[in-house]
Amino acid sequence: MNDLLTTEDLPRQVIEKLLVDAESFVEVLSRPIPKVPALRGKTVATMFFEPSTRTRLSFEKAAKALSADTMSFSPATSSLSKGESLKDTALTVHAMGVDLMVVRHGSTGAPWRVAEWLDVPVVNGGDGAHQHPTQALADCLTITQRFGSLEGLRIAIVGDVRHSRVARSNMYAFHSLGASVTLVGPPTLLPVEIDGWPANTSTDLDAILDEVDVVYLLRVQTERGGGSVFPSLPEYADRYGMTGARFGRLKPEAVVLHPGPMNRGVEIAHDVADDERSLVLLQVSNGVAARMAVLFELLGGDQVA
Amino acid sequence: MTRLPELVIKGGSVLTEDGMARLDVRIVDGRVAELAADLDGSTIVDASDAWVGPGFVDLHTHLRDPGELWKEDIGTGTAAAAAGGYTAVVAMPNTVPTIDNAQTATYVSEQGRNVGSADVYPAGAITLGRQGERMAHIDEMWHAGVRLFTDDGTSVTNSSVLRLAMEYVKNLGGVVAQHAVDSSMSATGFMHEGAVSSRLGMPGIPAVAEEIVIARDLALVRLTGVNYHAQHVSTARGVELIAEAKSEGLPVTAEVTPHHLEFDHTDVASTDPDFKMMPPLRTADDRQALADGLRSGVIDVVATDHAPHAAREKEVPFEDAPNGVLGLEWAGPVAGKIIGLDPTRFFAVMAVAPARIAQIPDHGLPIGVGNVANITVFAPAETWTPTTTRSRSRNAPYFGMSLTGRTTATIRNGRVAHGGAI
Repeated sequence: MNDLLTTEDLPRQVIEKLLVDAESFVEVLSRPIPKVPALRGKTVATMFFEPSTRTRLSFEKAAKALSADTMSFSPATSSLSKGESLKDTALTVHAMGVDLMVVRHGSTGAPWRVAEWLDVPVVNGGDGAHQHPTQALADCLTITQRFGSLEGLRIAIVGDVRHSRVARSNMYAFHSLGASVTLVGPPTLLPVEIDGWPANTSTDLDAILDEVDVVYLLRVQTERGGGSVFPSLPEYADRYGMTGARFGRLKPEAVVLHPGPMNRGVEIAHDVADDERSLVLLQVSNGVAARMAVLFELLGGDQVA
Repeated sequence: MTRLPELVIKGGSVLTEDGMARLDVRIVDGRVAELAADLDGSTIVDASDAWVGPGFVDLHTHLRDPGELWKEDIGTGTAAAAAGGYTAVVAMPNTVPTIDNAQTATYVSEQGRNVGSADVYPAGAITLGRQGERMAHIDEMWHAGVRLFTDDGTSVTNSSVLRLAMEYVKNLGGVVAQHAVDSSMSATGFMHEGAVSSRLGMPGIPAVAEEIVIARDLALVRLTGVNYHAQHVSTARGVELIAEAKSEGLPVTAEVTPHHLEFDHTDVASTDPDFKMMPPLRTADDRQALADGLRSGVIDVVATDHAPHAAREKEVPFEDAPNGVLGLEWAGPVAGKIIGLDPTRFFAVMAVAPARIAQIPDHGLPIGVGNVANITVFAPAETWTPTTTRSRSRNAPYFGMSLTGRTTATIRNGRVAHGGAI
């Protein structure tokens, strides 16, 4: 593996190997001194052309727990506003001495462009509504910890699938690990012409509630709530939100995931978010371990411990 | 006027008023002087294994001059045109400032005469500043020689504005050309809405965005009777609408670009910004319908929509890149691939129909004694791989592709504008 850009063509064995490594990094992170020297002397640059504190912090924590140095770039303080092209920005930061670049960008494909221009590994930290592979690995790790494996699980991904990179990257990863995926949302938030996708679709969350093992709720972009793609936020919450009543209808062992940040009261009820079967915080801590596994794999570190 | 050197085009298959014939062509003082089986002269243009026909005419060229000279200028753009076999181009009016008045139009045509390797005919905007609100200076542009009016780059969305402009242009005798994309459906999109855009998570532009505008426009053509030209048709339904309008007898013509014939939305999966253009690359079915329409005559013209952008403007993610791709140097082989070994139809779509639609004199005529020598020599079977361009920009996916069919010489007003004289 030279880069990690997408889960779409990621072989099952590769995902499983990363999950095994990630699980060992979970153990590392639980130690009194949660740090190993695996990537000492390496430099990881986080190039976040789209603001995202959480994902950046997660990558930086992962790099530091592997003893790598980190550099960060954000457009607010950069020369992008001075008209520098993405290529020049990438080449400039690379020239300072970088061993791996994490690229997050609001436009689909940006990490691919950077990977084309640079000869260091590139990790997609989220591009447009396209892919967010490290989130998918974190979520696969979380579900694996709970159920032992994804094989045979029924997973519903609910909400704004059309504009969600999490939905796309998770769907491919879940499917690859043997789960059966259903994409659920109002017709205006489901993508068009997706016959070839490894998933079923539904516009009726209630119809599948009692069959699923995992409900993966997507964040509603509340700025979309003004009557353009669905009538209103309350109507969305009423039809597609994980209300207390819906939560009560789930199988007793079923769990709820959410990539954060949550809109409590919209896609997830307040009490559901805090229930022990809501794995949101576990997803976050597993995010660090999963990203450690990716950095470790791409930078060819030595022994894990 | 100084006498031009005499030229003889030798060994080619020549498009004459009576069809194709194996003839040599003598050019004296800028005009065709003699057609005969075996001519000799001091300057020979070799046309062995080649077709000799009217110089190509591009109905849709962005020369970026005035205003965006870092992308292209009239010199570099027409050099690319000549290399592709064009002897005349219609320059789109979305320059800075807009060609919406006689003075700017005159600058473009005069600059074409001064530095151009092809004749340059400016198109005029339909509305002032292409803002879609008030009528541009259509009358004074007409008297400065403008015949084709378009707000290309954007549709005229206001039906009343368009209807009144159509009535005005109809009275003058010009043609209204439309960039048919409903802006309310295209404003947030970057590529064709379909399976590929869904996979990429990229906001799409549905095919109906084109259908809506063409259908509305045809209703206005029925009302006003103006000559109407549909620019860069990209969808199967667009082709059907043009076919229906033609069978109804409406004065309608249509063009297709080389890139819509050669590529489709699956090419966008690479997120290479050289595949970003408006209208976007559509599906394989659309592409097939465009090719069928070109062969059947529903589509009259191959027009390049040659749209240069500097490298730095394309060295960004797909969504952030400007729309447009070069085309002048590769339209011939792309059209040839669709049309096959039918030189009459080939020159019809590349030269005869575009010159007629844009009312360009002395271009698009069969090779006949007395005609101005605007001539292209095109070798239909020659295989080659483009590596360079005469354009100032390089935004094109054709580099490295194997193409069949190549312009080997372009003669404009009796002078060799491109290629080999021996």
